[in-house]
Amino acid sequence: MRISHVMTTLAISFSIAGIAEAREQLSLAGSSTVLPFATIIAEEMGKNPSFKTPVVESGGSSVGKKGVCDGIGTEYIDIGNASSRMKTSELEYCDKNGVDLTEIKVGYDGIAVANSIDGQTLTISKADLGKALTAEIPQEDGSWIPNPFKKWSEINPSYPDIEIRVYGPPTTSGTRASFVEMVNEKAYCKKDTVAKKALKAINAKADKCIAMRTDGAYIEAGEQDNLIVQKLQEDTSAYGIFGFSYLDQNTDTLKSAVIDGGEATFEAIASGDYAISRALYFYVKHAHVGVVPGIAEYMEEWTKHWGEDGLLSDAGMVPMPDDEQAKYTKAIKELPKLTADML
Amino acid sequence: MAQTRTEKIVIDGLKARQTKERNFKFFGIFAVALAIAFLAILLISICSKGLPGFFQYYATFEVELTRERIDPRGDMSDQSLFEGEAKKIINEAVLEFTGAKKRNEKKAARSLLSNGSDLRLVNFVQKNTDKVNSRQKIKFALDDDADSFFRGYIKKQTPEKQRRLNDIEINYLEKMNEAGIITYEISDYLFFGSASRNAEMAGIKGAFIGSMLTLAVCFLIAFPLGVATAVYLEEFAPKNKFTELIEININNLAAVPSVVFGILGLAIFINLFGMPRSIPLIGGLVLALMTLPTIIISSRAAIKAVPPSIRDGALAIGASKMQATMHHVVPLAIPGMLTGTIIGMAQALGETAPLLMIGMVAFIVDIPGSITDPGTVLPVQIFMWADFAERMFVHKTSAAIIILLLFLMIMNGGAVWLRRKLERRW
Repeated sequence: MRISHVMTTLAISFSIAGIAEAREQLSLAGSSTVLPFATIIAEEMGKNPSFKTPVVESGGSSVGKKGVCDGIGTEYIDIGNASSRMKTSELEYCDKNGVDLTEIKVGYDGIAVANSIDGQTLTISKADLGKALTAEIPQEDGSWIPNPFKKWSEINPSYPDIEIRVYGPPTTSGTRASFVEMVNEKAYCKKDTVAKKALKAINAKADKCIAMRTDGAYIEAGEQDNLIVQKLQEDTSAYGIFGFSYLDQNTDTLKSAVIDGGEATFEAIASGDYAISRALYFYVKHAHVGVVPGIAEYMEEWTKHWGEDGLLSDAGMVPMPDDEQAKYTKAIKELPKLTADML
Repeated sequence: MAQTRTEKIVIDGLKARQTKERNFKFFGIFAVALAIAFLAILLISICSKGLPGFFQYYATFEVELTRERIDPRGDMSDQSLFEGEAKKIINEAVLEFTGAKKRNEKKAARSLLSNGSDLRLVNFVQKNTDKVNSRQKIKFALDDDADSFFRGYIKKQTPEKQRRLNDIEINYLEKMNEAGIITYEISDYLFFGSASRNAEMAGIKGAFIGSMLTLAVCFLIAFPLGVATAVYLEEFAPKNKFTELIEININNLAAVPSVVFGILGLAIFINLFGMPRSIPLIGGLVLALMTLPTIIISSRAAIKAVPPSIRDGALAIGASKMQATMHHVVPLAIPGMLTGTIIGMAQALGETAPLLMIGMVAFIVDIPGSITDPGTVLPVQIFMWADFAERMFVHKTSAAIIILLLFLMIMNGGAVWLRRKLERRW
């Protein structure tokens, strides 16, 4: 009786030790913006019976960038997805843990500003869009007041005479981070003369402007872009900020705003005419290539589908120009180490 | 007869007291009605969205199954069929039917059938090896955009630029419809497909099996441990400061947010023991930690409900403490214990938060074959589908919610049935 107990305990601990060693499939985690595209690639790769389908976890860009650098070994992920580029501070964390990476850009994702097809089209400049949404507005005398604009027409009479009400992602979102950086900060605070003077007066950087309004003009609608799409279909006087692929899927009910003369269309984002877009990346850990089966094949699968007619563009990802595609195809083969001076 | 002072007070206050009672009843009914109304709204909205999710559109094409083309290695292995020309064969059939000639016409024709049609053809061949080298009619799922067209979400009247299907594609779809090869049937992908980014191919099988494996691990660990703890604490443990402290802590654990157990699981099972991420074994362990307090508390309540006379009777005729407990108290308490366990399990079935940390909130295509293969669970599948942009996922999400709800109902119904069947009254 006793002996059989000991045997079972031993057997269980051995089997646990057994699973700790082997991992047959790739493990990825990171940005929820990259996830819909990474899963397409994973699924395509899994069609080949020689490989198991990679496991793709969500979690956000920071989880992808930090997770891949947590350490070397099969309990850590092999590839981290991110919709924002690695910062030097994040790379330092990798160096500390002895993790070498290669950065692969896979394409672009537009950030759409859109509303119901029954509502008024918003034709606006990027700077004014930032002005409408940033929490505090600088004054001529150098002071800052809470954003006073109630209606779009108060900023410029040519804008719609309706209340400013914009649904968008919460602070945890990469979409939000990119939007406030490109619109609030770069297009408005760094360009506007009054804002520049006011920033200098209080010795602040332009990232003071990245705070969004909290007085009801900007409504955080949760991480799920589908929720924003549903809200806009019901509320025809509101606008929404979300990933381009969701606009692409709902062109029968939603329409893009015209920002600096450009609409969020596939062609405009690809050519750079529509300027609110960001690059999508993944970071691959050198130490795992060749150890976990299928990493090279997974990366190669991207190159098959990231072009103009590929599966990814069907799903709403905007392809890179040809020279960038060639550059990153080469990087996939040669795996250059990511160093601080490359960032 | 003159009223006494007491009678006067009673009669004067009567109206006010009756009004109070009426108001109280009214509030009670109002609260119940509100709850029922919310439930009705929830069910109606889920069913109206979810029922179409159980169906999808298929197109039947006749394809030529040439052995050499489908199975180039000639051994009918998975690898050989994968290397074969299944996709080309299907495309040829579609091109022949539509008569597409120009490049953009061919592209349009090719885009109408599901991206996973080649897998369907390969499956057909594997199941019907005798039908190779003949012409066979095979039903393929339509692509999700084409499906949306037949559901009426993509309308021909909308300008071509604003819809996801161009004029050529719509022409071909109408042509297929006129030829009578389009059918609207119960979706086999929903039940037998696994996670997929192609909305038309997505199904719950992988997540369902993952859920079952996870729950099995959870039950095998939590039930014996929970019952043993409850029996010991209730029947054997001395009543002192130490057991009191344990008792308080068990009650506290029941109130700990479930995500905390996920963090614990990450720290112990993955980082300390070095187990792989995303496997149902760890999911089950974490959920077992989460359901343990529920099981212990309900088991203790069940043991407490057994009348002391049962114990006394057993002890009086010379049974040991152990015999009295095992032969008399525990069998009588089992219905209550099982009810608590099933409710705890039903809770665990619906959890996603603790699984986030251990990597089970993930896109996993391969169906787990054991508790150490990567797997996900039903609520995670629902959560992920709800976030995908493709229109067809809305229906699939609601369909999956209906299936999950059915499961919870069956589990809770089972708990009620067990209690009725095994319950004894004294």
